[in-house]
Amino acid sequence: MSRSDWEVVIGLEVHAQLNTASKIFSGASTAFGAEPNAQASAVDIALPGVLPVLNKGAVERAIRFGLAIGAHVAPKSVFARKNYFYPDLPKGYQISQFELPVVQGGAITIRVGEGDKAYEKRVQLTRAHLEEDAGKSLHEDFHGMSGIDLNRAGTPLLEIVSEPDMSSSAEAVAYARNLHALVRWIDICDGNMQEGSFRCDANVSVRRPGGPLGTRREIKNLNSFRFLQQAIDYEIQWQIETLEDGGRIQQATVLFDPDSGETRMMRSKEDAHDYRYFPDPDLLPLVIDEAWIKRVRDEMPELPEAMKTRFVTEFGLSTYDATTLTASKEMATFYQATVNAAGATLAKPCANWVMGDLAARLNKAEIELDASPVSASQLAGLVARIGDNTISNNIARKVFEALWNGECATADEVIEKQGLKQVTDSGAIEAIIDEVLAANQKSVEEFRSGKEKAFNALVGQVMKASRGKANPTQVNDLLKRKLAG
Amino acid sequence: MLNASLKELASALDARQISSVELTTLFLDRIETLNPVLNAFITVDRDGALSAASAADARRAAGKAGPLTGIPLAHKDVFCTEGLLTSCGSKMLSNFTSPYDAHVVSLLKAAGTVMLGKTNMDEFAMGSSNENSFYGPARNPWNTGHVPGGSSGGSAVAVAARMSPIATGTDTGGSVRQPAAFCGVTGIKPTYGTVSRFGMIAYASSLDQGGAIGRSAEDCALLLSAMTGFDARDSTSLERPADDLATGLDTPLKGLRIGLPREFFGPGMADEVRTAVEAALAEYRRLGATTVDISLPNAKLAIPAYYVIAPAEASSNLSRFDGVRYGHRAAEYTDLADMYSKSRAQGFGAEVKRRILAGTYVLSHGYYDAYYLQAQKLRRLIAEDFSRAFEHCDVIAGPTAPTTAYAIGEKSDDPVQMYLGDIYTVAVNLAGLPAISLPAGAAAGALPVGLQLIGNYFNEARLLGAAHQLQTATDWHLRQPGGAE
Repeated sequence: MSRSDWEVVIGLEVHAQLNTASKIFSGASTAFGAEPNAQASAVDIALPGVLPVLNKGAVERAIRFGLAIGAHVAPKSVFARKNYFYPDLPKGYQISQFELPVVQGGAITIRVGEGDKAYEKRVQLTRAHLEEDAGKSLHEDFHGMSGIDLNRAGTPLLEIVSEPDMSSSAEAVAYARNLHALVRWIDICDGNMQEGSFRCDANVSVRRPGGPLGTRREIKNLNSFRFLQQAIDYEIQWQIETLEDGGRIQQATVLFDPDSGETRMMRSKEDAHDYRYFPDPDLLPLVIDEAWIKRVRDEMPELPEAMKTRFVTEFGLSTYDATTLTASKEMATFYQATVNAAGATLAKPCANWVMGDLAARLNKAEIELDASPVSASQLAGLVARIGDNTISNNIARKVFEALWNGECATADEVIEKQGLKQVTDSGAIEAIIDEVLAANQKSVEEFRSGKEKAFNALVGQVMKASRGKANPTQVNDLLKRKLAG
Repeated sequence: MLNASLKELASALDARQISSVELTTLFLDRIETLNPVLNAFITVDRDGALSAASAADARRAAGKAGPLTGIPLAHKDVFCTEGLLTSCGSKMLSNFTSPYDAHVVSLLKAAGTVMLGKTNMDEFAMGSSNENSFYGPARNPWNTGHVPGGSSGGSAVAVAARMSPIATGTDTGGSVRQPAAFCGVTGIKPTYGTVSRFGMIAYASSLDQGGAIGRSAEDCALLLSAMTGFDARDSTSLERPADDLATGLDTPLKGLRIGLPREFFGPGMADEVRTAVEAALAEYRRLGATTVDISLPNAKLAIPAYYVIAPAEASSNLSRFDGVRYGHRAAEYTDLADMYSKSRAQGFGAEVKRRILAGTYVLSHGYYDAYYLQAQKLRRLIAEDFSRAFEHCDVIAGPTAPTTAYAIGEKSDDPVQMYLGDIYTVAVNLAGLPAISLPAGAAAGALPVGLQLIGNYFNEARLLGAAHQLQTATDWHLRQPGGAE
């Protein structure tokens, strides 16, 4: 069989836990990791007679998301009850939004692949709606029974639903990563995937190119990008093999087992619940007026797309560099702070340092950017000294290493202490050149007889003699003149 | 003292003719005598009442008494009361001690009232006869072989039989007004949203509203004033200035236009009801009010709309009673589904099950549009009928119920006949309007008949005033039942 005979159709549903201090319909804390049921209020455990009261902070975050993806923020949306029985669902229904979600439409641009094969794609979003999370069932031993922890019950979620616009696991992962960066960028979700703050469900189907849509299966609860990729790849393979063997795909919900790398059926469409959605009579329709939207818009940070464009137009960066620098809010903020300190004329070398030496060093040390030992202002000080010819790029690496190790507080201090200041005095450089030429007559002759390579060897000798401090451009110019003379 | 009005009781307390402890003891003793026959109370809290009474006496001595300080009252068992059984008339909650007070209970506690106990009711407020109580039916004090009405039957019995001067109730389709009518007392259901539903165990959230039962409109005004007010814990609670219900009582009837919907005076009304209602209307005309014929063309659709919407909401509201966290759990079960099904099968009575099944059905996939959405449309039509009618009149009058109290067991095998008893009351809940039932001119020796007055939104003061004026001119509300003694 061949994958190229098939077209893959993927849509994603992402549950982003909103980073409000309290729950969506109660005043209980949302902090992670408390003792079981320590953060379950009367509303969360659904005592008789209690009522939900909507947390405006959750709505505000939904509005922020809607604005960030250019969606329609509904002036009126409706909370509905999704009815089903489960021990970790205390009310016997989940309050969600069904027919009228708060965020409608919108799109994000994803960048897929590396190098020459990289391409951009626009993924449309269907909707994003507010809902409450359920609690957790604990299946450890409780004398033969199951335990229930309702700390998570009522935690606010934004369920973000895409159109089935993705056609490979790579695209799905790029979309999920982009969304993950965005929700953190606009500070509505901490994005902690281990704690379940950002979970993906993937709807996957395959079809013959141009043919009707295939039957989809939904892979539930993928909590890492790697699992997302593996699960989708396995599922695609499984669906194609099943169809090519003459089988049929049944609509189903499946789970991914990271140990076996396989997906397995959780329930078929026949077992699907009838959730009996209806508007929650305990909550009035959610009304969002223009003034509220404006207030949120005014408080929005600059978004990655806008920042990317600005980096290109204002700083003259390449689209690739601008995209890389705006891949995460931490990176963009760090870069912007570096430029602010170094000056816009040094925007390009700042970009090279942030994406190059700094990123590589962080990567090697497995340190996140926000914990970088070299601060934006330190890096700016370093770039500034390259810019004004105080040090060369090579010396700069030494300075960087000293800053990284915390030997000094500023680049200037390192340069001063270690005597790394570049030699730009022509007389001093000429003196070194004269010494080098006198000691390397053979190379001089080779050069004069036409061996261009000998020139580079002489430059190297001069640099070495100056312990790297001679200005390389000046060394080049003066050496050429001397040899010609 | 047992026959005194709240005003008279307050004066007696103020004048130190009696202490709250003495007054409370008087009522507690009467409850002890009559309750074995009338079954009006599920719980009598003698110790709690006496300690609250003694606190009220101290408060009075300190000069900090309000109009209700030291006044005994009873709460319908639908209201959560901290530290006390809150059964809602159900086996399901027959082991449930509420850890918190309903908003209404807190307000009345703060006003210094003395709670005697919790009154009997149809299970989860579903019923019109009190026969659906797990604790057995409360009995009508005018004839103990007859029902007291429902669902707030226990509260109406307690007030009618002088076991408590006043009592709270709730009204979803007539549950305050109809038992008030059957027991010959006054009962008011205010505009939806004026009494907080927090801590009031939900039957049908969009229809449920707390109300007041007393022997006169004047007493109801005092009680209702103390029960109303914005509560941030109920999203449907209305934020508006409090109405002074007591000062409107003396407004003369001259010029009051009473609308008589022809649909409320057609066939189906018992002769003794018609005679009594006509007598009351004649008295109104004599006192200076005018009557005008109006029409509520969609009123006949109120029963079918109500019996779709109320069960739909109930089916979801009652899902929390699953035996997991509190309430009845079956002693033996094989697995989770079996635990749910046995606990609920054992914990709920027949009428509750009937409504859960009906509600589940109308919300099911494929039936939702035909039933639930259709019923919501009818609901709008019914509300529009009322707003058109109020262009021609100030209040709308008619019978509260088509018959007087019927014999226990007479209708319990025929739910549809039982539902039709709500024909004049449910439209009011669907529209969210305020309405009052007051004793009309019943013949001597006959069972009481209720006259219903319906007002426009927030016109509680006008309703209470119109009722008070009639009660000032007549003594129908002063008749005493003798059935239990």
